[in-house]
Amino acid sequence: MNEQIEQLRQRLRSAGQAVNGTVRIMEVCGTHTVEIFRQGIRSLLPANVKLISGPGCPVCVTSQRFIEMAVRLARQHGVLAATYGDMIRVPAAAGSLEQVRAEGARVQVVFSARDALVLAKENPKLEVVFVAVGFETTAPATADALLLAEREKIRNFSVLAEHKLVVPAMLALLEGGRARIDGFMCPGHVSVIIGSEAYRPVVQQAGRACVVAGFEPLPIVKALTRLVEMAAEGVANLENVYTVAVSAEGNRRAQQLIDQVFERGPATWRGLGQIEGSGLRLRQAYRQFDAFERFGLTPGPDQEPPGCRCGEVITGSIEPPQCPLFDGVCRPTQPVGPCMVSSEGTCQAWWKYHRVRV
Amino acid sequence: MTKVVSRGESGALGTTSEQVNVGGRIVLAHGGGGELTDELLRGQILPRLGNPALNRLADAATLEVAGARLALTTDAYVVQPLVFPGGDIGRLAVCGTVNDLAMVGAEPVALALSMVLEEGLDEAVLQRVLDSIASTSREAGVNVVTGDTKVVEHGRAEGMYITTTGLGRVLDGVSLDVDHVQAGDAVLISGTIAEHGLAVLSRRKGLSFASDLVSDAAPLAGLANALVRELKGVRLLRDPTRGGVAGVLADLAAAGHSVEIEESAVPITPTARAAADLLGLDPLTVANEGKFVAVVACEQAHRALGLCREHRLGANAAVIGRVTDRQPAIAELMTAIGGRRVIQKPYGEQLPRIC
Repeated sequence: MNEQIEQLRQRLRSAGQAVNGTVRIMEVCGTHTVEIFRQGIRSLLPANVKLISGPGCPVCVTSQRFIEMAVRLARQHGVLAATYGDMIRVPAAAGSLEQVRAEGARVQVVFSARDALVLAKENPKLEVVFVAVGFETTAPATADALLLAEREKIRNFSVLAEHKLVVPAMLALLEGGRARIDGFMCPGHVSVIIGSEAYRPVVQQAGRACVVAGFEPLPIVKALTRLVEMAAEGVANLENVYTVAVSAEGNRRAQQLIDQVFERGPATWRGLGQIEGSGLRLRQAYRQFDAFERFGLTPGPDQEPPGCRCGEVITGSIEPPQCPLFDGVCRPTQPVGPCMVSSEGTCQAWWKYHRVRV
Repeated sequence: MTKVVSRGESGALGTTSEQVNVGGRIVLAHGGGGELTDELLRGQILPRLGNPALNRLADAATLEVAGARLALTTDAYVVQPLVFPGGDIGRLAVCGTVNDLAMVGAEPVALALSMVLEEGLDEAVLQRVLDSIASTSREAGVNVVTGDTKVVEHGRAEGMYITTTGLGRVLDGVSLDVDHVQAGDAVLISGTIAEHGLAVLSRRKGLSFASDLVSDAAPLAGLANALVRELKGVRLLRDPTRGGVAGVLADLAAAGHSVEIEESAVPITPTARAAADLLGLDPLTVANEGKFVAVVACEQAHRALGLCREHRLGANAAVIGRVTDRQPAIAELMTAIGGRRVIQKPYGEQLPRIC
């Protein structure tokens, strides 16, 4: 590995020298963010290559008003709310899901949508709501559980879903020069589902380079090297260095599952606001499983915790230490914003692996 | 050191709810051996109880008594489950205290044992724990010479809590102190890391996973005493329990000594690495109960390594890095891929009740 790394570092150095000014690369995957910090990959890059951790952590991009609704649902409607681990710690006005659980609300952490369905089967007298977030990686699992509930006629199961799509968010970031990004390191798991060709619009319409990468340190460095080289050459291509797992067309079966159950609609992203066509909502035929409708939930205003600048961290406009709350009142065990809650959040990764106290 | 016990069951990982919301109340992370423990010590305990011996916050206090240099330490054990792969609360209670004595260069002289038993505790469990205390004490060459037993109502303790207090005699001419550390010194670890924390976790309710991980709990006085007797260049010994190796290294940085650690040099078994990956834990932050980190003068590092490797408990010892003169001081990891990143003391305890 050392020899390969040395070669890549040399290529990075010469590409970095050939670039005019700074190259800004965004990774759009929480797992990449953590691995980059954990492996100290930032320290391998030339000084004029800047990494921006983008909206790749599902918990981090979930809108505050969705969190508020989930908490309200658990507190006021007597349901059993089942959701993914980090979700329960995101603070809401009335406390996090974890805190309302301590006050008696029914909240359970599950590892998959099917686990939530099992809870519904085991508790036939309870309404079980799966609070579903995440990108194209988790949406098929939600669809699958919902179809199974339909087949098995499990009526006490519903989903409160805010699934999101990665590519529309990447395009939205570039619109109107909102974020200056020269190239994207595209997520591994999401790409397994959507396929590398899904990023074609980013390359063709927006003229930004895209490289799909896996999660080992070497492929990450390889992808970054290619992005810097493309910047130096002044080209923007779509490349895939994760061909073992990612095909051009992606996982058709998973895509069909998503299409069968969901349709595209607007979605609200923390830090990015509402983006047309970036969300998945249940199709009419499956609305009986929609917790919004079943419990008459209407979204309130989207008010983020006072002082929290997660939105700007997610879009790369600031780095975590620029947030006045970072490492003061906002720490991994008493997080204010989702970027510190989630183990994939930029703030938590920065806190763990990059924070220097002088 | 301070430990905080969780009440009742909560959440998939068992204990997270008590870790949030610091504000006028003790949370689990206060007992984690990380930054919050430091805050509790410096904010609450030292202002009230501080004195020259306590203020040093060493693994054990060293005292001059009638011309003799004695070491004194005490530790409470609240581990759950009581029995785990490779040991139980009894073995842990002997090892932890004996090791704290060994880390200040002392040989253990005697142990005191206090037990808080919960009404309804299975006698077979108590017998197992006592047998384990007996055999581990023999292994460490020390006797339990006094003790106390209390029983509390069912529901007021989880099976049993143990406190052991250890008295030791500091070896002649030995003085281990973070102030003796110098730039250029070698940093050595006595064996593979992260096994205790992961082994306990592998049997934790709601989190159990199949694994052949075994706790490394072992009394280190024999090895540690031999090392400091033999080599005058041993500057500092620390046992990386809660907070793991990262905690020890971050303490070195906090004391003004920069360290550079080579990730590829840190010994870890493939099983432990896989388990840490599975749980999303950095093995450097996971607890050990039968390992020490030694800072040794560079020219004696090779001999220190040889001495360790001759001993059963040091067979996998390795030099993992060095002290540098970089200021401001920082603990850094040179990753396998050639990157650099900061090594932090974990904020709180991700895995409570491991000791």
